Amino acid sequence: MSKTLIRGAKVLGGEPQDVLIDGTTIAEVGSGLSAEGAEVVEADGKVLLPGLVDLHTHLREPGREDSETVLTGTRAAASGGYTNVFAMANTFPVADTAGVVEQVWRLGQESGYCDVQPIGAVTVGLEGAKLAELGAMHESAAGVTVFSDDGKCVHDAVIMRRALEYVKAFNGVVAQHAQEPRLTEGAQMNEGVVSAELGLGGWPAVAEESIIARDVLLAEHVGSRVHICHLSTAGSVEIVRWAKSRGIDVTAEVTPHHLLLTDELVRSYNPVYKVNPPLRTERDVLALREALADGTIDIVATDHAPHPHEDKDCEWAAAAMGMVGLETALSVVQETMVDTGLLDWAGVADRMSVKPAQIGQATGHGRPVSAGEPANLTLVDAAYRGQVDPAGFASRSRNTPYEGRELPGRVTHTWLRGKATLVDGKLT
Amino acid sequence: MQRHLISAADLTRDDAVLILDTAEEMARVADRPIKKLPTLRGRTVVNLFFEDSTRTRISFEAAEKRLSADVINFTAKGSSVSKGESLKDTAQTLEAMGVDAVVIRHGASGAPYRLATSGWIDAHVINAGDGTHQHPTQALLDAFTMRRRLVGPDAGLGKDLDGRRVTLVGDILHSRVARSNVDLLHTLGAEVTLVAPPTLLPVGVETWPCEVSYDLDSTLTKSDAVMLLRVQRERMNAAFFPTEREYSRRYGLDGDRMAKMPDHAIVMHPGPMVRGMEITAEVADSGRCTVVEQVTNGVSVRMAVLYLLLGGAEPAVAHARPTEEK
Repeated sequence: MSKTLIRGAKVLGGEPQDVLIDGTTIAEVGSGLSAEGAEVVEADGKVLLPGLVDLHTHLREPGREDSETVLTGTRAAASGGYTNVFAMANTFPVADTAGVVEQVWRLGQESGYCDVQPIGAVTVGLEGAKLAELGAMHESAAGVTVFSDDGKCVHDAVIMRRALEYVKAFNGVVAQHAQEPRLTEGAQMNEGVVSAELGLGGWPAVAEESIIARDVLLAEHVGSRVHICHLSTAGSVEIVRWAKSRGIDVTAEVTPHHLLLTDELVRSYNPVYKVNPPLRTERDVLALREALADGTIDIVATDHAPHPHEDKDCEWAAAAMGMVGLETALSVVQETMVDTGLLDWAGVADRMSVKPAQIGQATGHGRPVSAGEPANLTLVDAAYRGQVDPAGFASRSRNTPYEGRELPGRVTHTWLRGKATLVDGKLT
Repeated sequence: MQRHLISAADLTRDDAVLILDTAEEMARVADRPIKKLPTLRGRTVVNLFFEDSTRTRISFEAAEKRLSADVINFTAKGSSVSKGESLKDTAQTLEAMGVDAVVIRHGASGAPYRLATSGWIDAHVINAGDGTHQHPTQALLDAFTMRRRLVGPDAGLGKDLDGRRVTLVGDILHSRVARSNVDLLHTLGAEVTLVAPPTLLPVGVETWPCEVSYDLDSTLTKSDAVMLLRVQRERMNAAFFPTEREYSRRYGLDGDRMAKMPDHAIVMHPGPMVRGMEITAEVADSGRCTVVEQVTNGVSVRMAVLYLLLGGAEPAVAHARPTEEK
C-alpha cells in the first residue's frame, strides 16, 4: 500500500503537524513523523481540512451532458477540495426512480474523483403532485437518503407533509427548495429597489420565507426532520432560528454566492448573476454570514449549476438560472467568513464537511483528521490570492459570477480515501 | 452625450436640454414644403423590433427618413428570430451588413443594454422600449411637449421644466414610460407625483425621486400636466384591481375631474388610449389633451436623438432659421 506524508500542515488551521496516509486511511497524526517509504507533500503551513462535502450539486447527467457530466463535475469537485457531492435530481430523465439514481451512482463510482451520492426526487417528474418511489430509491444500490425536488418547490402542503412523514421509515430527509410558486410567477430577480428600477419581475423574500415557515411547522407537527436548501434572506434566518429554538429538527444551507454577492450586480443585466433564489441585498448577505457563524445555518452548499455558454450569452429574461460553484466555494467562504473573522478553519471544516456529511449520512466523510479515519483530505493554501480564471475550470461550464474577481485561498491537494485526486492544483 | 441612448437616467440636464432644443429645430423642418435634411445621408439605421409596436416604429422610421438615412425594418415575426436565433446572432448579422445604428424594441428588460455593452456589436444603440424598464425617447417627447405647452416653443429654448408639477396616473408597475418619465422629469427639475392603486406600484418605489399617492382627486388641483398610462384589461384577471369599472371610477380621468385641474394644465397620454378605461372620450378629444401633438413631437425628438448620436458636430439644420440669423 502506498504511503503519503503531509508534512507541516495546519490541521483545521491549528499548529503545523505531520499527517501520514497509509493506503486508504490516516495512519498517524503528530510531529516529526518518519517519511520512510512515503511520498512527501510539503504542506509548508497550508491548512488541512477533511475532504469537503457538497449537499447540493447539479451534475446534469443524464440529459444535459452539454453543460456537465458526472465525470467533469466530479473533476470540478476534486479541484475545489470536495470528496463527496450530492447530485440533485432535476436531470432528464428526472432522478425519481431507482434506475436513474443507480445510473448516477454508478457513474460516480467510475469517475474516481469524488464520491457521488444521488439525491432522489420527492415527486414524480418534480411535478409536485405524486410521491416518487422514495423507498425504492433508498433500497437501491444508490442508497438514497436525501430527497429533493430542487429547482421546484414541493408547494402542496399535503404532499410535503406526506413526504416528511414517509421518509421517517428509513431515516431520510426532505430538502426543500422554498419558493411559493404563485408569488414568483415571472420572477427574474430579487424584488426590491433594484428590480423596481430595472423593470425585472420580482422574486420577493416572502415567497421563500412563507414556505420555510410552513415547512418547519409541518416538520414539528409530524416529528420529522427537514432541510432547507439555499436560504437567501434575513427573514428566513429568523424563521430557522426560531424553529431551532423551539426544538424543531431543521437544518439549513447557504450558498457561497449568497454570502458574497448582492442584487446590485444585476444592474449590469449580465445573466451570469441570474440565479434561483436570486441574489438579495447587503442586509441579507450580512444576516446569512452571521447565521452561518452562529450555527443557525448549518452548512455551505454550492448549488453548483452548470449551463452552456449560449444560455448565458443572451438577454436577461432568456437566460438560465444558476452559477457554477464547486471550484470557487472554499475561496468565497474564506473571503466572507474566515478573513472577516466570523469563522475559523475548524468552523469551515464543520460547515463544509462534518455537518453536510451528517445531514446526508455520508459514511466515511466529514470525519476528524485523526488516526484510523478514512483519508479524505483537502489541503488549502490560505495565503494565496488570485483572480478567478474560468478558463482553468475543470467543469464543462464557465458560468461563474467571479470571473476576474480576486479571491483568497487555493486548494492544492485533495485525497479521496488516500488516493490523490488533485496534486499541486492539478487533477491526477 | 453618450454613444447610446439606453435609459433616460443616463441623460444629464444639459444633454436633455440639448436634445429638446435640437428637436425644436427639427420641428421647424416639418413646416417646410420639403421635410427632409441630408444629415444622415449614407448612414444606415435598422429598426429592430421584437415586439409589435406600429406607432413607435413608424415614428422612428419617419425621423430616419427625414434625416435621409437608409432604413431597414426588421420585425421578429417571420424572421430567423422565430426560428430560434439569438439576439446576439441577429444583431451581429445586421451589423455585418453595415448598420450604423440599431433602434431596438424588445420585450425583455435590459436587452438594449446587453446589446450595447456586451461587445456583440459596435453600432450605436437606441432603446425604443425594453420590457418594463425604459422608453427614453417617449420621455423626451413628453418633456418636449410639456416644455412647448407650459413654457413655449421659443421661450423654452435652453430651459428645463423647473418647478412644473407632473402627475402620472395608472399602471406604474408595468410601465417603461413611467420609469423613463420619472428619471427625465426629475433631471429636468420637475416635481413628479405617481398616482395608482397600491397593486400597480412597484415594491421599492419609495426610493424613486417622486411623490406617490393613491388618490387622484387630491393631486389634480396641483398638476400642470396629468399623464395617463394605459391599463391593460388583462391586469384585472391577475387581481391588480377588482373590475374595469372600479378602476375607471377611482383612477380614470373624466370631464368632471379634468375641470378640477388648473386652467393651463394639459392632459397627456403615450397611446394607445383605452377610451372609457383610463380616459373618457370627452377628455381625449378636448383641446387640453396633447395626445396627437405628442405623436408629432415624437418624430422631431427622434430626429434630434439620431442626429446627436450619429451626426456629430455639424449643425443639425443648415440655415434652418434664416430670419433669426440675419
